[in-house]
Amino acid sequence: MIEKVFIGCGAGFSGDRFDASIPIVKEFKNINAPKYLMFEVLAERTLAIAQQFRLKNPEEGYSPFLDSYISPILDDCLENNIKIISNIGAANPMGAAKRILEIAKKQNTKKPTIGVVLGDDLLDYMSNDEILDSPTMEGLDFSNNKITAANVYLGAQPIAEALKKGADIVIVGRTVDSALALGPLLYEFKWKQNELDLIGSGTICGHLLECGAQVTGAYFADPGFKDVPDLANVGFPIAEVSQDGSFVITKPEETGGLVSKATVTEQLLYETHDPSNYLVPDVTADMTNLTLENNGKNRILVQGGKGKKSPEKLKATICCDNGFMGEAEISYAGPNALARAKLAGEVISERIQILGLQGQLRVEIIGAGSVHYSMNETSSYQLPENGDYRVRTSAIYPKKDQAQQMVDEVMSLYCCGPAAGGGGRGYVTPQSSTASILVNRDTVEPHIQIKII
Amino acid sequence: MIKLDLPVHAIAHARAGDKGDVSNISLISYLDSGWDNIFNLATEEKVYEIFKHLGATKVQRFELPSLKALNFVIQSALGGGVNSSLRLDRHGKTLSSHLLHELILPISEDMIPSNSPYLKKFKG
Repeated sequence: MIEKVFIGCGAGFSGDRFDASIPIVKEFKNINAPKYLMFEVLAERTLAIAQQFRLKNPEEGYSPFLDSYISPILDDCLENNIKIISNIGAANPMGAAKRILEIAKKQNTKKPTIGVVLGDDLLDYMSNDEILDSPTMEGLDFSNNKITAANVYLGAQPIAEALKKGADIVIVGRTVDSALALGPLLYEFKWKQNELDLIGSGTICGHLLECGAQVTGAYFADPGFKDVPDLANVGFPIAEVSQDGSFVITKPEETGGLVSKATVTEQLLYETHDPSNYLVPDVTADMTNLTLENNGKNRILVQGGKGKKSPEKLKATICCDNGFMGEAEISYAGPNALARAKLAGEVISERIQILGLQGQLRVEIIGAGSVHYSMNETSSYQLPENGDYRVRTSAIYPKKDQAQQMVDEVMSLYCCGPAAGGGGRGYVTPQSSTASILVNRDTVEPHIQIKII
Repeated sequence: MIKLDLPVHAIAHARAGDKGDVSNISLISYLDSGWDNIFNLATEEKVYEIFKHLGATKVQRFELPSLKALNFVIQSALGGGVNSSLRLDRHGKTLSSHLLHELILPISEDMIPSNSPYLKKFKG
C-alpha cells in the first residue's frame, strides 16, 4: 500500500516564476514515492484571451508560457517518474499536449504519455442562448454582447482517469484549481466518491497549494512585524499527503521563505467565503475542524479536513468583450505637490466633460491613499502638502479611440496642466467581462473525454 | 493591565482575496492571548463601517476558533471586480492592510508578539 504521495506546486498564476519548480524537482529526485508537480496558470480572464488566440490560429490557445514552465523540468520529470498535472491547456489542451511532445522531441527526452482532458468548453455543445438562459451566480447581464469564452469548472475525476490510463503528464483546460492535487490523490489512494472527508481533505490540500508560494512565506512579509527569510529565493510548496487525508505542507531544502501556522492559515482563507462550505465540483469541503501542528522546521501538519456532498450544479465562467480601458498617470513632487496633483485631477475631469466623453471617470492620487480611497474620499492618512504624488485617471469606454482620447488629455498636462508635472504614461487595454453561471452536471458529463496521446 | 487603542495590526495579520465583486479578508491573531479581543470586538458592523466608503453593502463574518481566525466576506467592495473596476488595485489585494490600519481595538501588552515594534508604545 502507498503510504505517502508528494505533490509540489511550481506555479500559482499565469506569469509566476518560471524557475520555481526546479528546487522541487531536485528534492523529488531523492524521494521514492509517487511524486507530482502541478502548475496552476489559468485565471478567469486568461482563458478569454487564450480563446482569442485559438480563433486566430487553431494550433494556439494554450498558455503562452507553456515553454517557459515545461522546458526546464521536462527531462528530469520524465527520468525520475515525476508526473506533471496542469491547466496549462487553457483554451486548447490538445494543442498544449502537442507542443509538449515537440519540446520532448527537441530535448531528446523519452516520449511522454500525455493525458488530455476535454469537455470544459461549453461553446462546443451549448448555444449562446442556452448559456445566457442558465442561472447567473454573479456578474453582468451579457445579453447584448457576444460571448468570447464559456468554460465549466471540471473536477478531479477526469485527471484521476487520465493517470489510470498511464499518463505521465495530464493537461486540462478549465478545471477547479484544487483538483490538480486531488486528481493524483484519488488515483494513488483509490479514495472513493463517498469518502467525503478524504475528498474534502484532498481539496483543502489542493487549495493550499494552488497559489504556489503564497503558503510558504510569499505574500506574507511585513518587515519588522512579520519577517520572512530570503524572500527572493522563496521555495514553492510541497505537500506530503497520507492515506488518511492528513498532510504536511513544507518546501524544498535550501530555499527561502517560511512555512508556519500563520502562513498556512492566511492561505487557507485566501479567496474562501464560508469555510464550512467551500464549494468545488468534487465536494463541499469544510475547513472548520482543521488543526495545524508544527512538525519540524518549515513543516506544518494539517489534519481534520471534512467533506459534505458535492454541489448539485457546476459553475462556469463566461466572458465577453467589454470595451476599452484608458489609464494614465502623471507625477507632481516637491513643494505644494499635493495641491498641484489635485488641480491636475480637476483639470482632467473638466476636460473630459468638455469633450463629451460619457462614462464614469476615476481620478485618484497615488501617494494619497489611492488604493484605499479615491480623490473624493478623505484618506485617514496624514498627507504632507509637500511630497511625491502621482495622479491616475481611468475610464472604460465602448470604443478604443475614446479611451485614447482620455489618455491624451492626461498627456496634454505636460504643457497645459499645473506646474512641473512629469513622468506621464498612458495605456489603452481591451476589457473582458466575466460572469458565473450554473450548469447541470447532465449537460456537461457526457462531453468529458480523456484522450491519451 | 494598561490597554491602549491601537490598530489591530498590532495583534493580527490578514490577507485579502477576491471573487467577482466580493472581497474576503481574513483576520488572524498572532497569539492566543489576542484572540478573545479579536473574537469579541471585530464585529461585522465595525468592518462594514471601514469599507462602506468603497461601496460595501454587506459584511458577513465567519469564525475559525481553532485557528484563531476570522474571515470577513464583504459584498460589492471592489468597484465591480477585477474585470470592470476602474481602481488601481482591481483585485482589492491591498484592502487587508486597510482593515489592519482602520480597525482600532483596546490592546494590552500581552496580546502583542514579543518582537513587535508596537511594544514601544507601552514604554514611558
